[in-house]
Amino acid sequence: MNNQLTIRQSKTQSKTMTASTSTRLGALLAAAALALAGCGTTVGATDGGADGSASSAGQSVAIADGWVKAAGSGMSAAFGGLTNSGSGDVTVVSATTEASSMLELHETVENEAGEMIMREIEGGFVIPAGDTLSLEPGGNHIMLMDLTDPLEAGEEVAFTLTFSDESTYEFTVPVKDYSGANENYVGGDPEPEMGDADAGADGTGTEG
Amino acid sequence: MPAPGTGAGSGRGGMTGSTRRQFLLGGAVAGVGAATAIGADHALNTTPSTEEASVPLNGQETVPFHGTHQAGIDTDAQAHGLFVALDLLDTTDRDDLARMMRILTDDAARLTQGSPALADSEPELALSPARLTVTFGFGPRFVARAQGEAPGWLKALPSFTVDRLLPEFSDGDVLLQIAADDPLTVAHAARMLLKDARSFASVRWSQQGFRRAHGSVRPGTTMRNLFGQVDGTSNPAPGTADFDQVVWNGEGWLAGGTSAVVRRIGMDLDKWDRLDRGGREQAVGRFLSNGAPLTGTNEFDEPDFEATTPIGFPVIPEFSHVRRARSENPAERIFRRGYNYDDRPAGGAVSRSGLIFVSFQADVARQFVPVQTRLDQLDLLNEWTVPIGSAVFVIPPGCSEDGFVGDTLLTGKQAPQ
Repeated sequence: MNNQLTIRQSKTQSKTMTASTSTRLGALLAAAALALAGCGTTVGATDGGADGSASSAGQSVAIADGWVKAAGSGMSAAFGGLTNSGSGDVTVVSATTEASSMLELHETVENEAGEMIMREIEGGFVIPAGDTLSLEPGGNHIMLMDLTDPLEAGEEVAFTLTFSDESTYEFTVPVKDYSGANENYVGGDPEPEMGDADAGADGTGTEG
Repeated sequence: MPAPGTGAGSGRGGMTGSTRRQFLLGGAVAGVGAATAIGADHALNTTPSTEEASVPLNGQETVPFHGTHQAGIDTDAQAHGLFVALDLLDTTDRDDLARMMRILTDDAARLTQGSPALADSEPELALSPARLTVTFGFGPRFVARAQGEAPGWLKALPSFTVDRLLPEFSDGDVLLQIAADDPLTVAHAARMLLKDARSFASVRWSQQGFRRAHGSVRPGTTMRNLFGQVDGTSNPAPGTADFDQVVWNGEGWLAGGTSAVVRRIGMDLDKWDRLDRGGREQAVGRFLSNGAPLTGTNEFDEPDFEATTPIGFPVIPEFSHVRRARSENPAERIFRRGYNYDDRPAGGAVSRSGLIFVSFQADVARQFVPVQTRLDQLDLLNEWTVPIGSAVFVIPPGCSEDGFVGDTLLTGKQAPQ
């Protein structure tokens, strides 16, 4: 019966330094870019507006918890949380990286047959003011259509997003091994495949 | 571990207020008048909410990851410890090692703070860190591949006559010590780390250990092994200059690091059963009840090796474990942080149990080997124990938030102060 007392008291005496945390999953996506090396590091943003307005889209957006899937050749995809801290909605219209000769902005939707498929999103990613767009396996993502070199775990890849106001935002994210993100791709060119040997587990369609 | 006064301190201070309330509520459960306790709680906090009054969850406790030293060494030992050794793939070179350690460090930094790793496919499992620590060690081949200068002691221990070592529990290029008060947390962290290590290394061996569950005994209580012995009484206390001297190495890229000896010690419980209580206490030189030396009354009393019985024999026998482990040379000391194991028995046996002996020391050759050599020559406990696995690792220093574990070896970065 005195155990309650004993445990609580001794806890404060413990030599181990502990701190309470109340992390919640939802809050993570909204968190600012972590300071860890190479993990969603913001490289820079440019002000695309010719009039030099106070806050371009590129200056309002930051990525947190970004990463890109390792692949030997063919396709891969990049993920993370894009937060728009500005006062107006922004639209990502394109993405570039030296890691792939071509990129597309993808959404994942259900087709007429009830299958989840991914396809290029019309009009780009809209991120409402104060909101976070989650790029995640099975959902929206940045698709690397044709890798120029293998993406190996632990490397860092730089991306540049371009917004509808022509401003840009650069960031780097680490490469991670990941066995998921194998949704069916419905696009113009059905041939390229994700380079991983294990990527095509279901054997249907083209992986990406 | 970072120096006291970092974020951990405020967390600890913040806990004191609620601790008082939990004591009162705990008292209510224990039979103190519930109305009194509730009244007192109201007096302490005029706007109590259900959430505030609930017991703080140990699952939410975190141990800082970044700092001068890696966590998981001077951390009060968690209930569950998993030790995994990896073999590097033949193709893994120095650059690959840096990539691997960046990824594994990032995983550990996030998971230990209760956040999912990047690309964590079971993110909900990360939300109860339960004092999770991940401690990395490097074997001789790792340092060679890194083209670093290896300390002279980074090699297999000398062969001891008591050893019956099995390759499946010995050696390795990378050590992961993953420990938390929650076994599900440990399993998830291990899964995440090993998935991310797979491109660089394969699992060589894995050893799962346990102590008392969280909340069973007071934190800081010396553990008991499956012989029933209090095991680890003579450890230096973390946070003291003595501990720092015994454990932390100060040389080159290893400054702020240490070494780990991980030995799997089979314990013959059936044979131990045949020994009466007096014989058991003679074998180790301590009382089973509280771990006090046979010449003392309290656990931490200094053994008196000069004391003799009325007929002239030493009270603490010459052959006892505590006598043989003790050196006249104060440098020959280690910090033990072991775990029990209790494997599935085989071949009609009822148990296959033992100890994952884990010790940290600044210098294996200077501190560990002399002690083990004496125990190899004479220690009555050898009658009931047999070392079946052995591995030595260098434990690199901790890292700062913009670094990674092993960066002082792999990139020449200065260790965090």
